Amino acid sequence: MSRFLEPGRMAVMAAVLALAVLPLTPISEFWITQLNFIGISSLVALGLVLLTGIAGLTSFGQAAFVGIGAYATGYVSVVQHMSPWLGLLAGLVVTVAFASALGLLTLNLSGHFLPLGTIAWGVSLYFVFGNTDAVGKYDGLVGLPPISLAGVPLDRGRSFYSFLWLVVLLASLAISRLLDSRPGRALRALKDGTAMPEAMGIRTFHYKLVAFLLAAVLACVAGWLLAHYQRTVDPSMSSMQASINYLFMAVIGGVTYIGGALGGAALTQILDDRLQVWLPHLIGGAGHYEGIVFGLLLVLMLQRANRGMFGVFDRWASRSRREVTPQALPRSPRAVSAEPLLRVRGLRKRFGGLLAVDSVDFDVGAGEIVGLIGPNGAGKSTTFNLISGVLPPSGGTVTFDGQDISGWSARAIARAGMGRTFQHVRMVPEMSVLENVALGAHQRGRAGVLGAVLGFDAREERALLSEAAAHLARVGLTEYMHEPAGNLSMGSQRLLEIARALCTDPKILLLDEPAAGLRHSEKLALAEVLRGLRAQGMAILLVEHDMDLVMNVTERIVVMEFGRLLMSGTPREVQASPAVRAAYLGVETEGVSA
Amino acid sequence: MNSSLAGVLLVDGLTHGAIYMQLAVASVLVFSVTRVIFVAQGEFVTFGALTLTSLLTGRVPGTLWLMVTLAIVSVLLDALAALRRQQQAAQVALMAVRSLALPALLAAVTVWAAPRGWPLWANTLLALAIVTSLGPYTYHLAFETLAGTSVLTLMIAAVGVHFAMTGLGLVFFGAEGTRNPAYWEGNSTLGALQVSNQALLAALVSVGLLTALWLFFRHSLRGKALRASAIDRYGARLVGISPARSGRLTFGVAAFISALAGVLAATGTTMFYDSGLLIGLKGFVAAVAGALLSYPIAAAAALGLGQIESFGSFFASAYKEAIVFTAILPVLLWLSIKHRRAGGEA
Repeated sequence: MSRFLEPGRMAVMAAVLALAVLPLTPISEFWITQLNFIGISSLVALGLVLLTGIAGLTSFGQAAFVGIGAYATGYVSVVQHMSPWLGLLAGLVVTVAFASALGLLTLNLSGHFLPLGTIAWGVSLYFVFGNTDAVGKYDGLVGLPPISLAGVPLDRGRSFYSFLWLVVLLASLAISRLLDSRPGRALRALKDGTAMPEAMGIRTFHYKLVAFLLAAVLACVAGWLLAHYQRTVDPSMSSMQASINYLFMAVIGGVTYIGGALGGAALTQILDDRLQVWLPHLIGGAGHYEGIVFGLLLVLMLQRANRGMFGVFDRWASRSRREVTPQALPRSPRAVSAEPLLRVRGLRKRFGGLLAVDSVDFDVGAGEIVGLIGPNGAGKSTTFNLISGVLPPSGGTVTFDGQDISGWSARAIARAGMGRTFQHVRMVPEMSVLENVALGAHQRGRAGVLGAVLGFDAREERALLSEAAAHLARVGLTEYMHEPAGNLSMGSQRLLEIARALCTDPKILLLDEPAAGLRHSEKLALAEVLRGLRAQGMAILLVEHDMDLVMNVTERIVVMEFGRLLMSGTPREVQASPAVRAAYLGVETEGVSA
Repeated sequence: MNSSLAGVLLVDGLTHGAIYMQLAVASVLVFSVTRVIFVAQGEFVTFGALTLTSLLTGRVPGTLWLMVTLAIVSVLLDALAALRRQQQAAQVALMAVRSLALPALLAAVTVWAAPRGWPLWANTLLALAIVTSLGPYTYHLAFETLAGTSVLTLMIAAVGVHFAMTGLGLVFFGAEGTRNPAYWEGNSTLGALQVSNQALLAALVSVGLLTALWLFFRHSLRGKALRASAIDRYGARLVGISPARSGRLTFGVAAFISALAGVLAATGTTMFYDSGLLIGLKGFVAAVAGALLSYPIAAAAALGLGQIESFGSFFASAYKEAIVFTAILPVLLWLSIKHRRAGGEA
């Protein structure tokens, strides 16, 4: 069903089955208790897998959300004598409010501000719980009622066990479904910077917030369960130490795997229990020395096996083979107009004292391939970034399809119908080739998190994947469809980027040095693809160093030097121009001419 | 509140602020050179304070044995790496002996001096030396091989280091809290204010430290190398500045600053083995105000934080810590707005 439950689908099935029948066996109450704590912790760790392993963010304050879940239900059920279910609702409302506020404050800053913000906020919440009379100060609240399910109180270890593990199972399934969907792919694309996902029209801020909110909600639910299982609530549930413990579980287990959350929680719980027995014997005295072992283990794990326990098993994982069934995706209408599709006028960019691009003018018509060339430092890449919205221009206008897009964000420009590739390939190496290409189709779908989890996105998902497969066929990568993208050769990676850009349903394709680093045979394949695209009427702006390629596939060439337009003309004219030759090879002087 | 009470709170806030300022500066230094958000910074504070306590009570501090152990492991790893690079065994052995000479000397002096009841200042120097030398080994063993990874990974590793150091703190110093004797008894009168000499000393040391750091970065080659690494790691490497050496030096400087803050703070407040986390985090809150990049803003924010804590503890003593840590939220809001105006990645 999903590759995120792997490695070893069989192992997972066996584990689920074993967990299900366990309370029926005469297993001791000690192990039921251990497993209950493991289940609760694994929910928090699951959130951290989503946040840290998938979205590349992290939080050092997850215990604070556990605390909110626990205290909310504690207050509602003990102080206000109302149902624990109302307590859950209250906890979720408060959690979402706080998590949204923290997310809005930190998520558009660099990645390390979220953990710093959550640490400080978590510590502060700990002291608030510990000093507030209404929730019993540092003693906390006692005598919480058990959760009742259809009138049956879950007041025994075994009955609670069944309910808890059902929740854990559902949460794992939900997250694994989510990851194999349109919003899930967007989440997985967040890890290596926002430039690529934004250029695919993905609202990265929105998805970062989604990841953080989901992790917070999972932690809150865990807090609710913990409170009604222990029947007590106290500030230590939300301490910094507890937060770090949860993060430790996720990292030890394997922070990129759903199974890692479970494995990490189990390992930590059992190790913690054993160490509390062994270490005092070893060191003498009675203290919590297990931190030393956990700390060293964490550092060693990051140094030696940063994919955690599950990473070690990963080589047995079977590759996902997602079915692709044809399903049409609507394309945007193309107006036929006499105007050039892309019109650049007086474009300028100043970096401090350097005028990197100075009054550049050129056009790209519909169905035309235009090459943008020039020696190193001529300002080609800057021009490319100005057009694609990565940099704001200092002056001049870019008109695209009749709209003035100068100063628009990269995402808005992508949505307006400009597809681009990157000079340094940017993809999600652990995602399959098909899924990577489907990122391009993101802006053409609508499915949200809830729809994906509940499976309402099936039809759209089929359409997105079949669109991705069609573009893979266009660039000749069909046979690698289910490979992890990281396994592709450089040439195939560049073709993947072109297929992904095509998947955005672009009116124009901006290619940034697509031939860089390619072998000769790969260049031939690329030229073939470009000619094919032109035959289908695609407009292309090609920034390239490889003269063979440029001369072979373009109709017109724009030459830049020192930020200015040197000339533009047909490949033949450019080749014949002494000015262009001088720009590349230096001025010909008498007696030294080539 | 009358003006004399306000004066007392102000001075109290300045004393704490001076300590946080040292930590904030150390946090910015460590982050800018190594990209490590070193949440275990505060452990060096408690190690500094409690190592001094051990020495003052005539015991050999556990941190000394930690330092010796780390030195041996560190030298062994270096030697192994050198042998793998096909360096001559004799040369490697000489290198190892040389690297171990200083820790061995420090260990010998400490073991000899501990029961002899040296004066406070001499024991302070000894404590500072021990904790300072922990810094480079910490960087070498925990972070050097991770230097190429993400800020996130480095930060999680720092959390691991924090875990281990707090646990070791408990083993070395026990769960009891201690307070060290003052360096300078009595009070001075500054205008209308009565200031304890100890507070004055803390302020003077902070100013002295900042001046020394400024001179170090401006005028010494090592300092300039660190600045270069902070500005452009790759470029610095190209001109022959070793990132490993920069990292070790940075952690040494940071450990020294923190230990100094620790011995100063422990005269006014009781130190426990786990007090470091909160103190270190306050340094971070201040450093965040400078976006972990600006020394002056971080230093100013630390002084402000000292005032917030001092006045906060007067008006709502139970919520003192909560108030201090919530102060990060408006700071983040301000950074976020500034960032949105500037556009692009922070």
